[in-house]
Amino acid sequence: MSGWPTFLLERCKLAGSHRLDVARANGAYDVLAKLLKDGTPPAEVIAVVKESGLRGRGGAGFPTGLKWSFMPDPARDSRPRYLAVNADESEPGTCKDRVLMEQDPHGLLEGALIAAYAMRAEAAYVYVRGEYRTSYDRLQAAIDEARAAGLVGERILGSGFSCEIHMHKGAGAYICGEETGLMESLEGKRGHPRPKPPFPAGSGLWGSPTTVNNVESIFNVPFIVAHGAAWYRTMGSEKSPGNFLCGISGHVERPGVYEAPLGISARELLEDFAGGVWKGRALKAWIPGGSSTGLLPASLIDTPMDHDSLRDAGSMFGTGAMIVLDETACVVRASEILARFYDHESCGQCSQCREGTQWLHQIFARIERGQGMADDIDTIESLARGMAPAKTICALSDAAAIPALAVVRHFRAELEAHIEQGRCPLRSAGAVAAREGVPA
Amino acid sequence: MAATGETPSEPQLEPTDDQTPPAIELPEALRAELDLLVRKYPDRRAALIPALHRCQEELGGWISPRTMEACAAYFGLEPVDVYGVVSFYPMFRLRPPGEHVVGVCRNLSCDLRGAPEIVAKVCEITGAPAGGTSPDGRFSVELLECQGACASAPMLDLDGIYHENLSEEDVERILGGLA
Repeated sequence: MSGWPTFLLERCKLAGSHRLDVARANGAYDVLAKLLKDGTPPAEVIAVVKESGLRGRGGAGFPTGLKWSFMPDPARDSRPRYLAVNADESEPGTCKDRVLMEQDPHGLLEGALIAAYAMRAEAAYVYVRGEYRTSYDRLQAAIDEARAAGLVGERILGSGFSCEIHMHKGAGAYICGEETGLMESLEGKRGHPRPKPPFPAGSGLWGSPTTVNNVESIFNVPFIVAHGAAWYRTMGSEKSPGNFLCGISGHVERPGVYEAPLGISARELLEDFAGGVWKGRALKAWIPGGSSTGLLPASLIDTPMDHDSLRDAGSMFGTGAMIVLDETACVVRASEILARFYDHESCGQCSQCREGTQWLHQIFARIERGQGMADDIDTIESLARGMAPAKTICALSDAAAIPALAVVRHFRAELEAHIEQGRCPLRSAGAVAAREGVPA
Repeated sequence: MAATGETPSEPQLEPTDDQTPPAIELPEALRAELDLLVRKYPDRRAALIPALHRCQEELGGWISPRTMEACAAYFGLEPVDVYGVVSFYPMFRLRPPGEHVVGVCRNLSCDLRGAPEIVAKVCEITGAPAGGTSPDGRFSVELLECQGACASAPMLDLDGIYHENLSEEDVERILGGLA
């Protein structure tokens, strides 16, 4: 199951990896120090990240270097410039950024400083979801240690480069992981996504040029700058280079966060890393990249885990977080849970999303309870088509519609059986009542 | 994130057991802390959400109307602006919680690995209904959306600390000493 280079989780394996002494003894800040010593032009850093083909790991897969290049030329734009690190990891199934923040906070700080150097940002804000207390505390401690060592703040390592890094705590809203919702939230407001344009690079935090990057994206940067774009492209696929962190959860023997090259088959991840489906059961369905990516049937488990292959299979790479459902799982219950989530998390600005998420939740809930109506499947499809693609300010509406359409596409018979039999055919009524325990 | 009560009701905006007039000032130590917090940002208001976290931690585990008024005064905002923010974010409570708050994630990855049994066990031990507070006021049980503990599911959050890879026996051990 190995045979490829790994780098993202290497330092995380060391005892005390979150401390500056351990991190520095194992390479942290070496790349930053060299850049500053050599006086490497910022444009060269952007060029190598662009050349590497690194795609954002927060879900959208947008090329990171290209995003950086949208920042205006500082010679012609005197506004302050900001980097926001998106650590609001909230996509159900996704738990990878947390590992990096808890175990290798200095790796993230070095990446953020290099990104800020490349884009000539004067400050970086790390927006951490409020529930991630350990991530927040470890990063804050790392910033304090790094500042004392001259690695954060004024004239870093005696160079002309200054950059502050500030921690910022969110308060539990999924929508703040959307980059413009994150900026609104960071400004102390309700996390309502902003219409685009303007894009963040033109007008972001406090009306200034801003780039928002996911934790894992930023974490890749020192490695790319150290070893070059050609090295990075030896891993992964042509259009999705590099390694990624795959969080595998659900019905597997060994759930966990694993490092693998993009393009690895989902079967290899499931069987070799996660030990296969648990309890010797058969695979029923799997969600490739977090709750917003449509579930796929067992027959597609050989699909390569990269952006293009999963798109061709009718789903998405998303955050690379695989959720596995065994043969006993009810896909209607799974759909109800995800629909409830999007109903809860819709910010309510756009009517398609506000109303659509609520109705999807209600309809999946009544089907699962055996109260589905004959035309409910048609209603789900028509609702979801009214919500996506790209009909709203942000992609939450799409994120709610996609899994709903996927379950109709791949498991229509199971939905129909629920409606026709007036109950969940996978469980007896008694088992459902016992399992519910609480009204769901 | 996202504590979702099972029987949603309108937030109680008027504390019934508190007849003292609204205090517009925050406690001095907290105020001093906020003075440092606002310096992180080019605009003072950006510190509002982190400030509300500190207020909730220090002032009874919830954001009372009086806390909102005090924050509004501190930030130069209208109380309704602060209410707008507080009511948007699931981590901020509009009602006082029990002495201990137990949150259980019930999103998909946790559900697949037994979250419903964990919720039932937590409710049994604490005597609190899911999404409510025990009659003795000792425990509140919150049903949460994804907490990012998917690969170590199921999980619970006790007073801000994660407990993961739970069995029902683990729940007994974790809460047994408190109940």
